[in-house]
Amino acid sequence: MTKEVLHKRTTASAGEAAASPAGKFDQLFVNLGPQHPSTHGVLRVGLTLEGEVITKAEPDIGYLHRGTMKLAEARSWHQCVVLTDRWDYVSAMPNNLALCLAAEKLLAVQAPDRAQSLRVIMCELNRIASHLLFLGTYGIDLGAFTPFLHAFREREMILDLYEMLCGARLTYNYIRIGGVMSDISPEWAAKAREFLTFFKPRLQEYDDLLSFNPIFLARTEEVGVIPQALAVAWGLSGPNLRGSGAAYDVRKSDPYCGYEKFDFEVPLGKTGSCWDRYYCRCLEMRQSVRIVEQALDGLPSGDLLAKGVAKNVKPPPGEAYAHVEASRGDLGIYVVSDGGPAPYRMHVRAPSFVNLAILQEILVGRKIADVVAILGSIDIVLGETDR
Amino acid sequence: MTPDILPPEPKVLYPKPVYSKDAGLLLSSRVWPTERWTARWSQPEYRKAAVQLAAILGGILVCGALIGELAKWGDLLYKMLLAAAAYTHQQLLARGIPSGLLGDPARVLAALNLTAEILWVSLKILIVVGIINLNGLWAVWWERKLSAHMQSRLGPMEAGRFHGWAQTALDSIKLLLKEDATPADADRAVHLLAPAVVIVPAILAFAPVLFGKELAAAKLDVGALYILSVSGVSVIGIIMAGWASSNKFSLLGGLRAAAQVVSYEIPRIFAVVPVLMFAGSLDLAAIDAAQQGYWLGFLPRWFVFWLPAGPIAFLLFLIASLAETNRVPFDIPEAESELVAGFMTEYSGMKWALFFLAEYAYVLLACFMMAVFFLGGGAAPLPLLSFIPSWIWMLAKAMAMMFVFMWLRWTLPRFRVDQLMDFNWKFMLPWSFVVVALAGATLAWL
Repeated sequence: MTKEVLHKRTTASAGEAAASPAGKFDQLFVNLGPQHPSTHGVLRVGLTLEGEVITKAEPDIGYLHRGTMKLAEARSWHQCVVLTDRWDYVSAMPNNLALCLAAEKLLAVQAPDRAQSLRVIMCELNRIASHLLFLGTYGIDLGAFTPFLHAFREREMILDLYEMLCGARLTYNYIRIGGVMSDISPEWAAKAREFLTFFKPRLQEYDDLLSFNPIFLARTEEVGVIPQALAVAWGLSGPNLRGSGAAYDVRKSDPYCGYEKFDFEVPLGKTGSCWDRYYCRCLEMRQSVRIVEQALDGLPSGDLLAKGVAKNVKPPPGEAYAHVEASRGDLGIYVVSDGGPAPYRMHVRAPSFVNLAILQEILVGRKIADVVAILGSIDIVLGETDR
Repeated sequence: MTPDILPPEPKVLYPKPVYSKDAGLLLSSRVWPTERWTARWSQPEYRKAAVQLAAILGGILVCGALIGELAKWGDLLYKMLLAAAAYTHQQLLARGIPSGLLGDPARVLAALNLTAEILWVSLKILIVVGIINLNGLWAVWWERKLSAHMQSRLGPMEAGRFHGWAQTALDSIKLLLKEDATPADADRAVHLLAPAVVIVPAILAFAPVLFGKELAAAKLDVGALYILSVSGVSVIGIIMAGWASSNKFSLLGGLRAAAQVVSYEIPRIFAVVPVLMFAGSLDLAAIDAAQQGYWLGFLPRWFVFWLPAGPIAFLLFLIASLAETNRVPFDIPEAESELVAGFMTEYSGMKWALFFLAEYAYVLLACFMMAVFFLGGGAAPLPLLSFIPSWIWMLAKAMAMMFVFMWLRWTLPRFRVDQLMDFNWKFMLPWSFVVVALAGATLAWL
């Protein structure tokens, strides 16, 4: 085989061959994605390898861009809530909530107490569902298939609960500007408690099956370490930041929907390794169970929608920023109103988008097998990254 | 006038809603595990399945006890073939052998005997290939069912009505009918040859495998050595597949497989050395015979119970076999989440199926090797169970080991490639030396 053919086989293109130093043959360009089983959607990572060690990693996003921030400028405010469901489609409730909070700030209304408690319940259940999906797919990334289906069994129950609640399993559009769409029935509350009772022992099962498995620990414990300073510098948020030991949680630092009334802790990791980020999420699920239980116990009665929210709201000119602790981190929404029926401008600070950027920093020097371990532990949703 | 073609009746496209808005309830089609997991034995399906399982196992045992040892039936068949040759010779003599054909009656008899011999060998080859093919169908089905039950699913239930027994058979028909795609950039000849290079050693390695007492396709004095050496050839096919596919993921998978299989071959062979020392032979039949009998009348004399070397050697052999057959937690060459499907990525249809068949053939081979080397071969675990013939025991032990393979596969995550190598060179290899020394000490003490 001639050198030219070999060269063609080991480099991505003539351009990349020219870019590699002196056309070195020990450099291998591997195109990971966008159609790859473990990039969690349509992420492309261009990897330059020396042997199995990564020398350069370039995340390439935009394959799922739908332009929702622009679309919002031609939708009424209530219709914009529908768009938010499509960002982080594995946990759509906090997305709904973020936009509704921003709109409520502009309108200067506040949701009734019962609606706020329902929002908390739904967001926390959604956090559990999202973290369960993370747990399952992270197991698959590392070769353990069984935890995935166990996690999905529980996630399915939460989705059933949502289906009872609003008829949708993925894109809920449940949280509305000024309140929520519908009330929960007594049967729903009973089912939710049945789920929580069932779910709590399962958390221990996941630990037995996956979290403390020696092979799993070896794959994740000293891999993808993000020191706290680095995590802050790259603007990480959510479990990725807390895995590094930084205690930042919007629910504590800037409470919304009455989170200050609930008794819960913010679990922190120690070193910022993949395992810390993973286990941070496992512990967060326990805290979410606590919050849901408290909220169900002390559910206030009252209205579901605030008075004075019209079917076609026209907030007064101005701007507002609201952020919530979504399942993947600090989800912020900045809206500008010109007094018209549609937002003048909407901008989203998507946690997945910000979290993804650190990938190019922490992948370098790792083995190719670590790519999926690190990528999985960052837990991105491409719908939110590309919007 | 109404038009001739009326628009068709609108079909109901959507399934029945599972949510009743009026009642605020989930309808009956959605069952939560909280309901399913209570009172398992009160469900008629569960009881029925348990009875069926007991009936199948009992049926196998009764049939086995009625048939008895298979080796004697094989000998009978061989003698019948020889008798048929002799009978044909007599008939030819009686009718006068056509002149010009061989001439000498002794040479005619020799030719007829040779024909009988060829028939006998072909029959044995057919049986072995049949076992490998059946094993592919059975093991895939079993693995799917087993993984499903570990993951609170049911697995295949439709094909063939009874627990989806026909699923893998139909799948293999589908694979036969699929397009055989070769990448445009591939090295076509090597790409075509690679599955053959993988599957042929797998079939060859089964020649001396003992399926019961003195029940093997070929009686080889160096059976153990033969199996270990022939099964090592397959890795060449894996590298060929990785290289010829012209795909970087395949290439990485092929190279990983080469490194892994060659490394783990060493502790695997060393783990067998204590067995050879105990038995004093490389012949599988002799190894099997050495484990017959009981200490104190009830403790089986299996090599796995020969303390302290036996159990350690068994574990080493089990781990190394997992790595040799590329199964979890050592399935790095075909790590789905990293390398898509490793060296198999660019294969489709029957070529892909051959890789799969070879993998399961090697799993079966490893299981039978463990049964023969460590688990007493055809010996019954208790003296009073000796009425069950040896081939049933051999099969039961092999299937138990296969269960362990599958159990591990659906429980454990996967090693990283460097951790895998560390584990081999820093743990497996030293312990395999230790085990040989321990076996020597045991023998000196005995």
